[in-house]
Amino acid sequence: MGGYIPMARCEQEEMLAELGLSKMEDLFTEVPKELLAAPLEMPKGKSEYEVRRIMEDFGRDNKIFKTCFRGAGAYRHYAPAIAKHVSAKETFLTAYTPYQAEISQGGLQAIFEFQTDICVLTGMDISNASVYDGATAAAEAIVMCRERKREKALIYSNCNPDTLSVAETYCKCQDIPYEILPAKDGLVDKELLKEKLDETVSCVLVQSPNYYGMFEGVEEVSEIAHAAGAKVIHSGNPIAMAIINSPGEMGADIAVGEAQPLGLSLAYGGPYLGYMACREALMRRLPGRIVGQTVDENGERCFVLTMQAREQHIRREKASSSICSNQALCALAASAYIASMGPEGLRCVAQQCYDKAHYAAQRLEEVGYKRRHQGEFFHEFLTECPPGPEQVLQKLEAEGILGGLAVDGGILWCCTEMNTRAEINRMVAICEEVALI
Amino acid sequence: MKLIFEKSKPGRGTAMLPPCDVPFAEMDESLKRKAPLPLPEIGEGELARHYSELERRTHGVNNGFYPLGSCTMKYNPHLNEDIAMMVGFNRIHPLQPERTAQGCLGIIHLAEKLYCEITGMDAITFQPSAGAHGEFTGIAMIRAYHQKNGEDEQRREILIPDAAHGTNPASAAMNGYKVVTIPSGPDGCTNMEAFRSAVGPKTAGVMLTNPNTLGIFEKNIAEITDLVHTAGGLCYYDGANLNAVMGIVNPGAMGFDIIHLNLHKTFSTPHGGGGPGSGAVGCKEILRPFLPVPIVSETKNGYTLEYNRPDSIGKVRSFYGNFLVVVRALCYILSLGSDGVKEASEGAVLNANYLRKKIADGKYVAYKEPSMHEFVLGLSELKKETGISALDIAKGLLDYGIHPPTMYFPLIVEEALMVEPTETETRETLDEAAEAFNTLFRMAKEEPEKLHGAPFTTPVKRPDEVEAARHPILRYQFD
Amino acid sequence: MQIKSDLSYTKNHEWVEKTSDGKAKIGITDYAQSELGDLVFINLPQVGDALSAGDAFADVESVKAVSDIHAPINGTVSAVNEALLDEPELINQDSYAAWFVQVEQPDFPSDLLSAAEYEAFLKEEG
Repeated sequence: MGGYIPMARCEQEEMLAELGLSKMEDLFTEVPKELLAAPLEMPKGKSEYEVRRIMEDFGRDNKIFKTCFRGAGAYRHYAPAIAKHVSAKETFLTAYTPYQAEISQGGLQAIFEFQTDICVLTGMDISNASVYDGATAAAEAIVMCRERKREKALIYSNCNPDTLSVAETYCKCQDIPYEILPAKDGLVDKELLKEKLDETVSCVLVQSPNYYGMFEGVEEVSEIAHAAGAKVIHSGNPIAMAIINSPGEMGADIAVGEAQPLGLSLAYGGPYLGYMACREALMRRLPGRIVGQTVDENGERCFVLTMQAREQHIRREKASSSICSNQALCALAASAYIASMGPEGLRCVAQQCYDKAHYAAQRLEEVGYKRRHQGEFFHEFLTECPPGPEQVLQKLEAEGILGGLAVDGGILWCCTEMNTRAEINRMVAICEEVALI
Repeated sequence: MKLIFEKSKPGRGTAMLPPCDVPFAEMDESLKRKAPLPLPEIGEGELARHYSELERRTHGVNNGFYPLGSCTMKYNPHLNEDIAMMVGFNRIHPLQPERTAQGCLGIIHLAEKLYCEITGMDAITFQPSAGAHGEFTGIAMIRAYHQKNGEDEQRREILIPDAAHGTNPASAAMNGYKVVTIPSGPDGCTNMEAFRSAVGPKTAGVMLTNPNTLGIFEKNIAEITDLVHTAGGLCYYDGANLNAVMGIVNPGAMGFDIIHLNLHKTFSTPHGGGGPGSGAVGCKEILRPFLPVPIVSETKNGYTLEYNRPDSIGKVRSFYGNFLVVVRALCYILSLGSDGVKEASEGAVLNANYLRKKIADGKYVAYKEPSMHEFVLGLSELKKETGISALDIAKGLLDYGIHPPTMYFPLIVEEALMVEPTETETRETLDEAAEAFNTLFRMAKEEPEKLHGAPFTTPVKRPDEVEAARHPILRYQFD
Repeated sequence: MQIKSDLSYTKNHEWVEKTSDGKAKIGITDYAQSELGDLVFINLPQVGDALSAGDAFADVESVKAVSDIHAPINGTVSAVNEALLDEPELINQDSYAAWFVQVEQPDFPSDLLSAAEYEAFLKEEG
């Protein structure tokens, strides 16, 4: 039997007979005959072993790089074994959204713990249960800030290009006016920001560390924006927050970002994990599912999905977002990652990212790959590339190294705790060699 | 049970990383985090127990029957999990050169081809991450189409039946559309008279699921899509209920121009407690130019990602969507094949009709029309008679180890319970579930007071949702 | 079901009180709050917003539903009862004390009901 149907055909025939029917077709008499489909042309069902072989062949058509210096929105970090096993537990895997609280306390508590983790990291008051990814989180935040008299969004051009692109799509669809602020020397000029702010601006979306890995001076952005009555949406990297001042400390109103660095694999781009947190004053405007604490009939502490009247299944066309699913399993994995690393472990990851990126930047500079921008950076940086990026990257690829990403004629490099000194030295040596040819 | 933060003790933990092997780089003081970082400090053994305890306090498809209407809680094959965990997929960076990611691109390409055949569409994007995200994307494409034709200002309305999922009107509104609600008729189908008078030059499109949320097949579907097309609008198919009709009738043949699929419903990928899902969007040729970028193309040098598409609505999320969900869904469809796909839908409809008959001989079914893959009970009579509500019956089912059906939806049925058994359940499971329902109906009449107190066997009792919403506590309160 | 004799009413179950300063206050009736059940949140308009009789100007949330509240009169919002934002249960406790907004330059439509008329309307509705 195909389709993972547990019953033999003869059992199904008995069931049909109980319904007074003689064949499967009788179940579909409501479907007009002229609409019935011709038999599908795709191959017939395959055994488990055949499917495994096909999929393994696809896997072999990919190249796995032992060494990776590429980030640009997706980061390779070490995930402790326990973090991976927790999210593979089959009950978590096969549960639906925890609408029935009495039998869903595990999933609900896990999300409540995730919400707390995100609040701690971001310095915000409230977090939702996660959204699709960092880019949609930023776009949803813009929508959340929209007010009748203040609609316009100012968006930093040096956000991740996917974040920019998704934010633009969402703004266009919802007829939200927006302007993209150009960067100079990798950063957006504060004077330009001041100039663009007026009484029609609802929010400023700023990413820090930005696409080039540099810090944007968010405290000052907040001061300037707040003085003009606009809100600040900070897009960030949760790993960096272990050692870098949090969006909350820097005055942001909403913190969003991609939480894939919290132990989720690269996975060719997904599933990833968008986090979204805000100040208490904005609580009721936050989209997506939210878990809250309450008590049951016996007075025992328990958890439920709460403030549901914000959401589409109740508010329908008046909801601010149609979002329904979150990325619960990814949130669980991130939460288990945070717990297994602990605050010290997380600081260690962040510091090693910082140290290794700075070591790599210095070594590259020594062999003629100068940094293009001067500002402080976290674990990514853009260098010039005298021989041309393609030539360098191809040479690295041939040596089993995924180099940085070709960006604006240079290379955007990334280091994490996974890169050893020896790897960095080897990468630098190859870069030097190509430059000398 | 304690929160992980309540189990934390300073100094506990397990080392995961070697010491740093490059020189320490001092950071400017102004950049440093000053706020405390009270994340859990806990040893690995305790951590393992914490999550095992949380798992015990959760209910998944592998724990028992899960007839949650509209959610298609079918069995999630283990093979698919095995494959999705392969390093050959997990270690691939989304910005790797295309020539080094041919396996990933090949998977997307093959999945697109197979899903196009099942749905009667010409192209598919896997970028949307969930059903509602797919709806948002699809309606954005419809709007882009009208913009391209210079009709956006004229076409401001999306028609949606009153029985639709809440995501439908919300997704239409997210694209700036006015929602025109179409009432259902006494047969549970779209009221054709109301529909005919609503369609016109202002119509941008219609959003429908078929079978609809009552589990009834819209017999007039060809006329509906025809009316919309004649008026210059487009037809959107919400794929939430596709599990009823795979290999039987496809959305393309019904006249739909654009659809979304819930890979986490129809195509067996696990729901993960609320995600990640995948809301793949398929469309007919006329809408292909508007698909989100990039799309995967096959060239003589292999698969490539195509970005240069001037009419595209842009991106709706980073990279290419929830890739590992697509991997699982492809495994599923290869396992089923042309024969299995049809058998799955037949099995789903058979199981639904069987269970419908076994529960009080169909007495409480809200609409007497034949059911497809799900059916809706309306318990308003029972409530009047006994005071027992749909909620009470749902809570009673918990004590039988059964996840309750979807409650209070669709909104047009009072005291609704929406039951979708799926094809992966045995007859014994259906018989036992029917017995549980029937026992609870008897109890409603004989011991209503007792049933108000259900559930009795779960880790916690009914929660105080009013208090949770009035005075929200949304994170652990540190001392 | 409590009905206060000195207020005007609508068939949508809102009440209006003419205050001595020439302004008016608006709220929902005891019947409305009991039908809506335990309220958990309220969305109120902003000071300065114009009200148009019959149009939705606020909404109230229970755990599983949201309901529009319609303006019984025309005018301009001059104050909102912010206490309700923190304690929506005040509406359930005493719906006639829990005013939603104060309205200046109120204009009263002719189809407002007296207390007796509203009581009769409720009986009719059953």
